[in-house]
Amino acid sequence: MRLSPDDIILWRHGFFKLNATIVITWALMLVMAAGSRIITRNLSTDLKRSRWQNLLEIVVTAIVKQIKEVGLDQSERYLGFLGTLFLFIALASLCTVIPGYEPPTGSLSTTAALAICVFVAVPLFGIEEQGLGGYLKSYAEPTLIMLPFNVISEISRTLALAIRLFGNMMSGAMIIGILITITPFLFPIVMTALGLLTGMVQAYIFSVLATVYIAAATQIRNQGTGPLAH
Amino acid sequence: MLIDWFTVIAQAINFLILVWLMKRLLYKPILHAIDAREKRVAAELADAGSKKAEAQRERDEFRRKNEEFDRQRAALLSKAIDEVKAERRRLLDEARKESDNLRARHISALQGEYQGLSDEITRRILEEVLATARKTLADLAATDLEEQIAMVFINRLRVLSDEEKERLKSAFKTRSGPAVVRSAFELTATQQNAIELAVREILAFDAGIMFETAPELIGGIEFTANGQKLAWSIADYLKSLDKGVGDLLKTRYVPETGTGPGQTTEANGG
Repeated sequence: MRLSPDDIILWRHGFFKLNATIVITWALMLVMAAGSRIITRNLSTDLKRSRWQNLLEIVVTAIVKQIKEVGLDQSERYLGFLGTLFLFIALASLCTVIPGYEPPTGSLSTTAALAICVFVAVPLFGIEEQGLGGYLKSYAEPTLIMLPFNVISEISRTLALAIRLFGNMMSGAMIIGILITITPFLFPIVMTALGLLTGMVQAYIFSVLATVYIAAATQIRNQGTGPLAH
Repeated sequence: MLIDWFTVIAQAINFLILVWLMKRLLYKPILHAIDAREKRVAAELADAGSKKAEAQRERDEFRRKNEEFDRQRAALLSKAIDEVKAERRRLLDEARKESDNLRARHISALQGEYQGLSDEITRRILEEVLATARKTLADLAATDLEEQIAMVFINRLRVLSDEEKERLKSAFKTRSGPAVVRSAFELTATQQNAIELAVREILAFDAGIMFETAPELIGGIEFTANGQKLAWSIADYLKSLDKGVGDLLKTRYVPETGTGPGQTTEANGG
């Protein structure tokens, strides 16, 4: 039984190969980039604007607002990374309504790649905000004894990110696949609808967790003096 | 193996490319558009605010000017009314003055006319009376009027009281020229002698005496020396007649103001 679209290999040359995950990701990237391009080509700064522009403005402002609510004040700075994370996972999940579509997030390789990106981005943002020393020092908080636990926590949460998304997406596809063999009508549709909800929830969870991690990495120093200390 | 490391690397790269694409194609333009719109709205609001303030300022200015205009208009109107009142008063005064002058001239003209008429009537009456008297005397007594007048004048001299005689005598003593006897008619030599004799006798007058004819002394004789005058005239008898004529003329002309007819015929002595 096929668990991941990684297994659908279209082309191979030694270490390099072109599987369904990559191809579908490219397709999604194309859709997102082209869609954005088309919509933002004729952006209106007037009070009247197109429906698509309105939709994108709602999405973008909602993401900005969400990032701010989590605690990152300079939300525009993290918008590129976190927003893309959410939009990519959300679109990958939404497209499951298309027959024959395999979500690239159903591949552990993709989720791992995203988790690794978060894993790398968190210290980068943290160092950028606090400096290298300040960031590294945060691992030894509150005492030096906590250092290994903090490191383990860092790695484990990255693993958890990857596995959680993969598990959810993969299981959704698996359940639908199994249900189609058992009850070909009606029930798979319900489960697909449920899968859409699950996908959106997972996209939200993944991006919010990434936001929380980045916020934690960039705001540790301020906790001593900020209102949260009391 | 669930994880294909090549795919992991490829997907990581794909994701980073997607981040770059999204940043460039989606977030930046959208945020830029939102910012631009917000700026525009803010600018429009500010503009509206400034326009409102400007309108408010202009309204205040207009109201102030309007009030100023009203005030000025009221002041000008009041001034004009005052000027008109003053002008009216001046014109009325002028008209009144002119009217007074006219009336005065009119009255003066009337009085002149009245005087002239009165004099004329008196003169005519005297002439008529004199003629009548002369004729009556001639018819009834076969006597000349002039002779009778001379006689009467001499008689007057004779019946003067002593006191009057003394007064006249003392006056004639300090004379500075000859005495003059004026009569309305030519005195005959006899009459002149009689009068001269009487004067010299009664008044002890020793200076020369001149005889003159004065037609204005209608039917009268007067003796003048050194500012003293002794006279007799028929005009004295005509005073009541003259008064009656004057009253008649008054009722005819009815002058509004002014004096009544004066004594038109002066008669001294008697």
